[in-house]
Amino acid sequence: MKKIFAFLLALAFCVAPLSVAFAAKGDDDIESLRGTKLYVYNWGEYISDGEDGSLDVNAAFEEKYGIQVVYDTYDNNEVMYSKLKSGGVSYDVVIPSDYMIERMIAEDMLEKIDFDNIPNFKYIPEKYRNLSYDPKNEYSIPYTVSYVGLIYNTSMVKEAPVSWKALWDTEYENRILMFNNPRDAFAIAQSILGMDYNMESDVAWRTAAALLKEQKTVSPVYVNDEVFLKMEAGEAALAPYYVGDYLTMHDNNPDLAFVYPEEGVNYFFDAACILKGAKNKRAAELYLDFLNEPEVALANAEYICYGSPNEAVYTDPDYSYYEDELLYPEEGSFKTQLFRNMSPETLALMSTLWDDVKNYVPSANSYSALFFGGEDDAPGADAEKMTAETAKYAVCIGVFLALVIAYLIFRFVRKKYRENA
Amino acid sequence: MNRRSALLSRVIASPYIVWAALFIIAPLFFVVYYSFTNSAGDFTLLNIQTLHKYLPTFLRSIWFGIVATLICLVIAFPLAYIISQKSEKAQRTFVMLVMLPMWMSFLIRTYSWMALLQDTGIINSFLGKLGIDPIHMINTGGAVILGMVYNFLPYMILPIYSVMAKLDYSMVEACQDLGGNSFNVIRRCIIPMSIPGVVSGITMVFVPSVSTFYISQKLGGGSFDLIGDVIERQFQQSYNYNLGAALSLVLMVLIVISMAIMNHFSEGEGEMII
Repeated sequence: MKKIFAFLLALAFCVAPLSVAFAAKGDDDIESLRGTKLYVYNWGEYISDGEDGSLDVNAAFEEKYGIQVVYDTYDNNEVMYSKLKSGGVSYDVVIPSDYMIERMIAEDMLEKIDFDNIPNFKYIPEKYRNLSYDPKNEYSIPYTVSYVGLIYNTSMVKEAPVSWKALWDTEYENRILMFNNPRDAFAIAQSILGMDYNMESDVAWRTAAALLKEQKTVSPVYVNDEVFLKMEAGEAALAPYYVGDYLTMHDNNPDLAFVYPEEGVNYFFDAACILKGAKNKRAAELYLDFLNEPEVALANAEYICYGSPNEAVYTDPDYSYYEDELLYPEEGSFKTQLFRNMSPETLALMSTLWDDVKNYVPSANSYSALFFGGEDDAPGADAEKMTAETAKYAVCIGVFLALVIAYLIFRFVRKKYRENA
Repeated sequence: MNRRSALLSRVIASPYIVWAALFIIAPLFFVVYYSFTNSAGDFTLLNIQTLHKYLPTFLRSIWFGIVATLICLVIAFPLAYIISQKSEKAQRTFVMLVMLPMWMSFLIRTYSWMALLQDTGIINSFLGKLGIDPIHMINTGGAVILGMVYNFLPYMILPIYSVMAKLDYSMVEACQDLGGNSFNVIRRCIIPMSIPGVVSGITMVFVPSVSTFYISQKLGGGSFDLIGDVIERQFQQSYNYNLGAALSLVLMVLIVISMAIMNHFSEGEGEMII
């Protein structure tokens, strides 16, 4: 009896794949991918995951193609880059931002996409194609498009700020949040100074760093994702952040408002790419195509709250942010700049200057030198300067060490004394 | 027979030796290697030369570490003594209570302190109900030290307690018989005998305090950068493994020096217990 059962089972196993194969003659290559795995690496909270009755994009993809999606997340471009570079991981699909895509193309980390396999690319309009980071549009398909702006709490900030300089306003001391990553933080200083975000001049970067040091007089709190917690709780008055995330915060705290400062803002894309050496490239292309299915793209746009570059989404009157003036502002209504990849030297300089900014403790007299003034701006000088705070720590540690050593000597002397006695 | 057992012990030890070589010696080698090379892999002293820039951060980390360790010691010593005087059943309960917070992730516990300490947080809204003005606690150096003390206190209590629990009580009785009052009993008898626990407790609190990075980011608001933050940034943000490794190397040397000083204290007073 058992044997017959085993035989039938074996027969069933043999027949099952055959019947599937017969059923889908046309899509041979797609069917052959059934049961394979696709490794996707994306930002955290950056895909519709079935929460609150939304579409679970990865589950829907698995159901449609029978390809298992292994999904991991990161919280910034640099972490993603370091992880991929260190070689400990292998992914097929990754969704970095514009400047990082440019860098990854330059370093030969991305695979060209076969656009014949992406029929849904037709939904991406001309204005979102062939952008500076991928001029021939060979490596990437835009996933989101958004802006940085200034979020403020109307219960603390009476008059809507118009300038990034509000983040330097001593009236809001201790209640100002700031980006805890160099690229975005420097962009704000560069906007105020009217500089290009991607300049390769040492002096210009040092000037921007000096301005960020000036900001220390208002004791800004450097945050990443904690910005949600702090702004929603009314803990801070002002914070620069991404417009899409502002919409999420606004749902939880209606006191919050948003402006695009007059000096200009960072305009950015996150785009889906296939990594060089992807083990499942065909499945990766299926996934990229799937992300641009109108229903899927709509579900993602509703969930993420960032702008969608998919025409079928943003022209859909049922879309919650249809013609939303913050998410889809009129072109040219304010200044925008894209981040570009920069030379390794400039990137290294930016990191060093950022370390300086984080370490900087304002002295009392630089308080009056707010904005471009004061002797503090001499490039590199303040890194050498021993601040009052450092001196305090040095003295404290010195006293402590002196006490410890004195005690050791005392013990040693006592021991000798007792031995002699 | 003897040779056989020697061979056997070597065979049994081999997995641990391989483990140690692979996960302790090799990483240490890489830290040293990266510290003295540039991104192209050529020998350079540049990483070490740029370190002086981070002196303020080093000093701040060390000072915060010292303060947190001393506070932990002041809290933990009496507590460990009190626990060790209880009945066996009570001792078990207390030790479990000390360990209880460790059942939850360190990250989540630190994050919750943020919700407690912030201006609109739980403590301040409670004070507000009592009619007291809110106190600005979050994003200060004090908050960072509080986070360290809170997170690492169990590492101070447990080694001190384990030494005190095994303390030979007849010594204490002898001390009392010789006419020592309770102050003298503690000073001349209990403290010297529990030094090994204190020393390992200090090491176990000071080392993680000096090298921590998450606490200072969440409770210090990013304005009290510790050396751990700088190292993390080199690896995660800047992709500058070489500078990160050089910073780690200096930190390791500092920790080894402080442990050597600490061991000096416990010299001849029992072995270190970790």
